[in-house]
Amino acid sequence: MNVVTPPDKLTPKDFATDQEVRWCPGCGDYAILKAMQRTLPDIGATKENTVFVSGIGCAARFPYYMATYGFHTIHGRAPAVATGIKLANPDLDVWVVTGDGDALSIGGNHLLHVLRRNVNLQILLFNNEIYGLTKGQYSPTSRAGTRSPSTPWGSIETPVSATAFALGAGARFVARSVDTMQSHLPEVFKRAHEHIGASFVEIFQNCIVYNDGVFSQFTARDVADDSEILLEHGKPLIFGKERTLGLRVKPGLFELEVVTIGKDGVTEKDILIHDETNRGLADMLARMEQPTFPVAIGVIYCLPSPSYEDGVKAHMIEAKKLGAGNDINALLRRGHTWTIPG
Amino acid sequence: MPRQETLKKNSGQVHPRQELGSAVVRFAGDSGDGIQFTGSQFTQSTAMSGNDLATFPDFPAEIRAPAGTIFGVSAFQINFGADVIKTSGDDCDMIVALNPAALKAELPELKKSGFIVADTGAFTERNLHKAHFKANPLEDGSLSAYRLFELDISEMTLEAVKEFDLSKKGALRCKNMWALGFVYWMYDRNRQPTIDWLNQKFANNPNVAAANIKALNAGHAFGETAEISHDVHGFSIGQADIAPGEYRTVTGAEALTWGLVAGAKLVDLKLTFCSYPITPATSILHYLSNLMEFDVVTFQAEDEIAAICSAIGASYAGALGVTSSSGPGIALKGEAMGLAITTELPLIIINSQRAGPSTGMPTKTEQSDLYQAVFGRNGDSPLVVLAARSPSDCFDIAIEAIRLATKYMTPVIILTDAYIGNAAEPWLIPDVGEYQATPVKFRTDPEGFKPFLRDEKTLARPWAVPGTPGLEHRIGGLEKNAETGHISYDSENHQRMTDARAAKINGIADDLQPQTTDEGPETGKLAVVGWGSTYGAINRAVNALRGEGLEVSHIHLRHIWPLPKNLGSLLSGFENVLVPEMNTGQLITLLRSEYLVDAQGLNKVSGQPFKIFEIETAIRAQLEK
Ligand SMILES: Cc1ncc(C[n+]2csc(CCOP(=O)(O)OP(=O)(O)O)c2C)c(N)n1
Ligand code: SF4
Ligand SMILES: [Mg+2]
Repeated sequence: MNVVTPPDKLTPKDFATDQEVRWCPGCGDYAILKAMQRTLPDIGATKENTVFVSGIGCAARFPYYMATYGFHTIHGRAPAVATGIKLANPDLDVWVVTGDGDALSIGGNHLLHVLRRNVNLQILLFNNEIYGLTKGQYSPTSRAGTRSPSTPWGSIETPVSATAFALGAGARFVARSVDTMQSHLPEVFKRAHEHIGASFVEIFQNCIVYNDGVFSQFTARDVADDSEILLEHGKPLIFGKERTLGLRVKPGLFELEVVTIGKDGVTEKDILIHDETNRGLADMLARMEQPTFPVAIGVIYCLPSPSYEDGVKAHMIEAKKLGAGNDINALLRRGHTWTIPG
Repeated sequence: MPRQETLKKNSGQVHPRQELGSAVVRFAGDSGDGIQFTGSQFTQSTAMSGNDLATFPDFPAEIRAPAGTIFGVSAFQINFGADVIKTSGDDCDMIVALNPAALKAELPELKKSGFIVADTGAFTERNLHKAHFKANPLEDGSLSAYRLFELDISEMTLEAVKEFDLSKKGALRCKNMWALGFVYWMYDRNRQPTIDWLNQKFANNPNVAAANIKALNAGHAFGETAEISHDVHGFSIGQADIAPGEYRTVTGAEALTWGLVAGAKLVDLKLTFCSYPITPATSILHYLSNLMEFDVVTFQAEDEIAAICSAIGASYAGALGVTSSSGPGIALKGEAMGLAITTELPLIIINSQRAGPSTGMPTKTEQSDLYQAVFGRNGDSPLVVLAARSPSDCFDIAIEAIRLATKYMTPVIILTDAYIGNAAEPWLIPDVGEYQATPVKFRTDPEGFKPFLRDEKTLARPWAVPGTPGLEHRIGGLEKNAETGHISYDSENHQRMTDARAAKINGIADDLQPQTTDEGPETGKLAVVGWGSTYGAINRAVNALRGEGLEVSHIHLRHIWPLPKNLGSLLSGFENVLVPEMNTGQLITLLRSEYLVDAQGLNKVSGQPFKIFEIETAIRAQLEK
């Protein structure tokens, strides 16, 4: 009898390559890499079955540092390459790593469609609100007024919200986290991985060289409690250092407001309960911005539906059952033929 | 087998049919007149009567052009005969014009003293006006150079089908069958295949089937019994000398589709076909989408870039990625082709060429994307370029492209065009079992595995697909170390990798059959060098002139890059080289730069294929120099 010895549990180290990491010292990408290397052993991932696919940018160097399969493709196109990988082998576990320029500028079209089609993979968008690799130009997520080498007078464009874009594209799993949240990130990765269909995670990532501190107004240790809200399904939407702030629907209006529990007769019962499956709520949470609102962190929306590959598989089974068979010589002779006698 | 003589009985006299070697007939009418169906029926019947043939469907660019307009004219040309055919023919012997616009559009295609079959019932004031005729050409003597059959096909069709209680519009829909019946009589074709087809097509509507059959028979009977002008008593065409076996008609798009399916099977891979609709490439996407039972996955991507990128992803994951487009879409794929070249993944890229630049003329044919295929990418980025010469050749081209792509781990571009894609010809159906299978072997052994360590002979890198334990590695568009595949900006390494990529593609020339001539000896006064869909016209021209004793040979290139190894020496055996192309001179640039040969061009970009006489004229001019 063959005894199959279970392989030793992999460790974060097993997922690290021997390649020298080339990001700037202090770049937020390091923390995300570390969180990922810690997550994979926990979710039982294997090196051979995991594929990281990226476009171009600082963020897109990510695959070189993961000891799995990896494909560093071309600018903006990672979702398309990843879709092809899943079409050819739906059993592979595919992670797409992309930047804000890669995903929302040159690759905006592909991001829209991979989410809409619900291809079963995970998309991690490292949002640093800047083009890092090309030395600091403003990006589609840069706030209006951003001064950069190409906008010396400040950007005059309205930024796009990555999360709202994903929801608008029909994503069925949308979450947010922050590079520095080392216990939160792996949890979000796990949820994204569990979800069948396209999972979208926006990670606020600090570019220490070209956009240092853009998120610190809500991520900095001393302000985070009052300016971020950590979402948990089924739990009231409460935040704040003293956990006295909460979100409720403004009476008589279809919008949210921040209220203080214990003030003006507000009790905990008035606070909304987070429901990941509520699309309307998700839209409002995704749109919350400082300083009026806390920034929503965590799983904003999760409502699974069949994946694209499942649809393809179902058609394939049907075609094999109902089609005219798979004999190529017979295929060539379908329809009208005639014979010239010898 | 002696041909049956159909005799004309109208005047009590017996007239034998006139024997012809070949004939060119062009059916034309409004897009709603069912011209393409009519043409394909005539094709079937003609093929079955043992003639060689070639067809050329010429349909309007507009989906539903207003009725009666010139830009709404749909035409179908067939050249058939007892001789070797190979092109859809130069000028037409007969034009069937179901309305004035069709006559206006197609008259330039007609030979002097050729036949016009005109439906007088459709030559109304309104239709004449829509076709921009100031006077009725049937009456003003402007057609005196031709032989005109004025037949009120509309009225005779209504009369023939009146027993079926159809609406007037429904009844007039049968007039293409009346016209077909008449032309069947004219060229002595068998009606039965069309009758069978009508019964099958309208199986759910036997009344309509019966009406169409009645119209078909009425048109035929009219030819047999009525007194028609010009002392015409019908023609007969002898049987062509055709190899025995089972035949079908096939278009380039069909042959390419089946070739992809067969080719993937021969290398033992599943096919992932990723495309974005564009004329004239779309039919391949449609056809393949119906072949899922052959493990074909089709993916309609959001654009051409996504299409090629998903095909690359599929190849990376161990399937055969194929993408297909036309010039404008191929332009969008350029950057991703570079990725497939540098990551050395197999990939098939099909370009169904159309007239350019930019959107150009989507339904018209041209061969103007050769530069784009050979050179159209950033960096030194060689790949393989193959060109199909005829509809049925697309089958073998697809199989060869797949073999080369997987054996050498390289993208391969297949050049076809609007003409080949739509045109049909008879095809001796091959037995796929007789093709050599070359199943792909993925790398599985981790021992000594390096992603870019090349096979000594083919210079191909190993194909190690995700999911294989122990072979985890990273690849990408950045320059790679020549063995490990790790990012490398080392200058010597880049030289080495650039040289290796070029050497791998150049080395494929060793795997190809030496170039030969298609007609004529391998030395002489003049070589006519062609590629792609000009094959038929060049071949017939050279064949005809050789028959007259002229010293000319035909060389037709299938391998555009790398070029065949012996091509330089073959060309040097000729005093002159003529290169006919449907572009302003692209292959000729390649030949001049590769072989320093003083080749002369014959160039045409009218959106129409070459005519045989155009090539004959150019050959004579070359030989008289
Ligand atoms: C086709 C193409 N256009 C432009 C570039 C140059 N380019 C590389 S990365 C980049 C922007 C990257 O920004 P982002 O996606 O936000 O990534 P980050 O570097 O910030 O992580 C640009 C414009 C390229 N590599 N390819
Ligand atoms: S430029 Fe910015 S994003 Fe890029 S590596 Fe440096 S710190 Fe990170
Ligand atoms: Mg960025």
